[in-house]
Amino acid sequence: MITAAAQEREHYLNASYGLKSWLLTKDHKRIALLYLFTITLFFFIGGAFATLIRIELLTPQGNLVSSETYNKLFTMHGVVMVFFFLIPSIPATLGNFFLPMMIGARDLAFPRINLLSWYLLVIGGLLALFAMLAGGVDTGWTFYTPYSTTYSNTWVIATALGIFVAGFSSILTGLNFVVTVHRMRAPGMTWFRMPLFVWSNYATSLIQILGTPVLAVTIVLVFCERVFHIGIFDPALGGDPVLFQHMFWFYSHPAVYIMVLPGMGVISELVSVYSRKPVFGYAFVAFSSVAIAVLGFLVWGHHLFVSTQSVYAGMVFSFLSYFVAIPSAIKVFNWTATLYKGSISFATPMLYAFGFIGLFTIGGLTGLFVASLGIDVHVTDTYFVIAHFHYIMVGGTIMAYLGGLHYWWPKITGRMYPELWARLSALVIFLGFNLTFFPQFVLGYLGMPRRYHTYPDEFQVLHVLSTAGASVLAVGYLMPMVYFIWSLRYGQVATANPWGATGLEWQTPSPPPVHNFEEMPVVTHEAYDYTTILGEVEVG
Amino acid sequence: MRLPLFPEQASNFAPETDQLLYFLLAVAVFFTVLIFGAIFYFAIRYRRRSERELPRVLHTGLTLEILWTVIPFGLTMIMFGWGAKIFFNESRPPDNALQIYVVGKQWMWKIQHMEGQREINELHVPAGRPVRLTMTSEDVIHSFFVPAFRTKQDVVPGRYSTTWWTPTKPGNYHLFCAEYCGTNHSRMIGWVHVMRPQEYQSWLNGGRPFGSLAENGEKLFQDLACGNCHKADGSGRCPTLVGLFGRNVQLTDGRTIKADEAYIRESILQPTAKVVAGYQPLMPTFQGLVTEEGVLQLVEYIKSLGRQPGVTPAEASPNPAAAQKQ
Repeated sequence: MITAAAQEREHYLNASYGLKSWLLTKDHKRIALLYLFTITLFFFIGGAFATLIRIELLTPQGNLVSSETYNKLFTMHGVVMVFFFLIPSIPATLGNFFLPMMIGARDLAFPRINLLSWYLLVIGGLLALFAMLAGGVDTGWTFYTPYSTTYSNTWVIATALGIFVAGFSSILTGLNFVVTVHRMRAPGMTWFRMPLFVWSNYATSLIQILGTPVLAVTIVLVFCERVFHIGIFDPALGGDPVLFQHMFWFYSHPAVYIMVLPGMGVISELVSVYSRKPVFGYAFVAFSSVAIAVLGFLVWGHHLFVSTQSVYAGMVFSFLSYFVAIPSAIKVFNWTATLYKGSISFATPMLYAFGFIGLFTIGGLTGLFVASLGIDVHVTDTYFVIAHFHYIMVGGTIMAYLGGLHYWWPKITGRMYPELWARLSALVIFLGFNLTFFPQFVLGYLGMPRRYHTYPDEFQVLHVLSTAGASVLAVGYLMPMVYFIWSLRYGQVATANPWGATGLEWQTPSPPPVHNFEEMPVVTHEAYDYTTILGEVEVG
Repeated sequence: MRLPLFPEQASNFAPETDQLLYFLLAVAVFFTVLIFGAIFYFAIRYRRRSERELPRVLHTGLTLEILWTVIPFGLTMIMFGWGAKIFFNESRPPDNALQIYVVGKQWMWKIQHMEGQREINELHVPAGRPVRLTMTSEDVIHSFFVPAFRTKQDVVPGRYSTTWWTPTKPGNYHLFCAEYCGTNHSRMIGWVHVMRPQEYQSWLNGGRPFGSLAENGEKLFQDLACGNCHKADGSGRCPTLVGLFGRNVQLTDGRTIKADEAYIRESILQPTAKVVAGYQPLMPTFQGLVTEEGVLQLVEYIKSLGRQPGVTPAEASPNPAAAQKQ
């Protein structure tokens, strides 16, 4: 039997057994799975908070939990989803597994540091979980001062410390990726032969290395003020509360690109494979990632338009914000153009990619609204902003993450997922997502402020629609969880290259051997050259 | 059940903001239809018909790349300019605006009118006349948001921020705190009552239990014995306050700054921060002795002691650009 044969061959999953072989592993593929397990756990914790928030908002009165609890729920939802799910999501799992394989390397440059990164995320996560179980934190994931430093009497320091530690995980992963891309490419793998997923993770790593230390500094300053009462942000102590917002968003705006750039990289892979064509405008797509990484550092002040920041600073930041919109638009146009005269398959990952492009388009276009000063004054701190960034971070990043997970699942596990269920999940998630978040654009323009436990009656119908959508979305997210686990045992055995893809990761058996390749690959073609896979040409 | 889909337009800024919104919506709908339409069309027209099918490679079209870079960029620059114009107007209150003071605290809005009326979580204003709010917070950051006016301004402890609008339509409109400020953030809400001018006048006349803001400031000035040093004729140990407001003041460190609300507030709470040239840093701090509302009354009293003609009040406070402008 094929199954028996596949099980006999030694690969990274059966090369050694036991807990120790996983907890002390230096294999980037196993570390990727440790990350996958960890962030899936955090995704469902963050999702549980979101569920409670949506149920509470069914009625205007605030009658499920108290205001204290509600404030802790949205804070912990944000903290968990941003710092312990979205930021590590694609780079630490799919990036960790496939970045070395896609450039023909046997591992990342620093395997021990890679394992350390995972432990740091776990330690940071445990600190944050401890804070939540001990009583929670209620400052909002943005930790605005002087509320967070002087007024909140919740577990601010423990949570911030958790984020601080997890930040080092992010920095070290970024460092590892940058060195790996520079030093460990296989013979013939030039920069412009690299798959776009590698380019986008490279750009992401630059942001992680340059931006995250600023967050660490900010957390240290919050710690100094809250614990030692050194006046930095609280005006009662001689500080400046708006300074905090500058420092926080100097990291946290680029962090949005840490969350979405790797997703864009996944989409570039999917669009190419399932239309069996090289990505249109490869160089433009590659450089747009780098442009986003650089320009992303110049726009933080657009979070401060009504903060008492000077009027002229507001204008400069609005102007610069439109520059960062252009490389994102370039990507969307190039993906769409890639489909033209392609050979388009409706496999599950491609459905997720279509979903990504659609939702990211809406998220990006509404970004133009909030970058416009006159509109932002009205919609900032309302549900319009909530809808906008969920379209980017959930509609964008999570669609890409799930698309990528389906695409590479056969390579990771050696098994196929059930195609029909998987297509259904993509559809359910797309519909559920839109029903959840589209009404929130309307709510926001009507004036519904964010972080409100109770709200005026006239907003109720839209909130009910949103909660109904969230229940559909929850079912959508549980489906892959179930059939992925099912497929580990009952899934069809995967071949080395089930999709007819060109990446080096598909030139080795599924699951890959411990050292990725049986012999060192030599690259002689551009990325996405499908003639190498199919051999013959039937022009469609 | 009510299902409003669009907020009421009740200020001079509401129609302008909504027109910009319509433009943005038109652009967004156009590109959404374009992208969704193209994906649907290509996906069906070029669906995979055989597993062995291999499409011809299309290389980059430089013209296309330039086209879809330049056109969106041009459109975004319209969005930028239009939005910036509205924003700039929102930061420039007209000289004849009705002045009202707002103090935010966990979790209420405290409002003082010039004539002495005080309100909590309610603000009565006349229709058709510009209103300028000078705001500060006693604790954390709040944000003064009236959706029907399409304006929002953070209210920050330790500084004054301003916002303005001209209500155009009598009615009652939601006032929300839009910056998360702790447990009862969602209950820090109230109403803006826009009244017909004659109704507003009778509301103003309907009882004046407190005395005007400047009168209260004068009383506080006497209670705190400020006049012992700040003598009107300038013979005291501290500079006279007559004619101070709006004047340029020479400091001991050589700087010259304009005496605006923020400067006066700072001089009361942190007297040693900016010492007037020729004087000693003798004044004790009044931090903790006088509330933010009291400070506003003192400011209004000092204003009433004479003012340089033709000076408009300063913008959002510790802003050197605003101070040097005059």
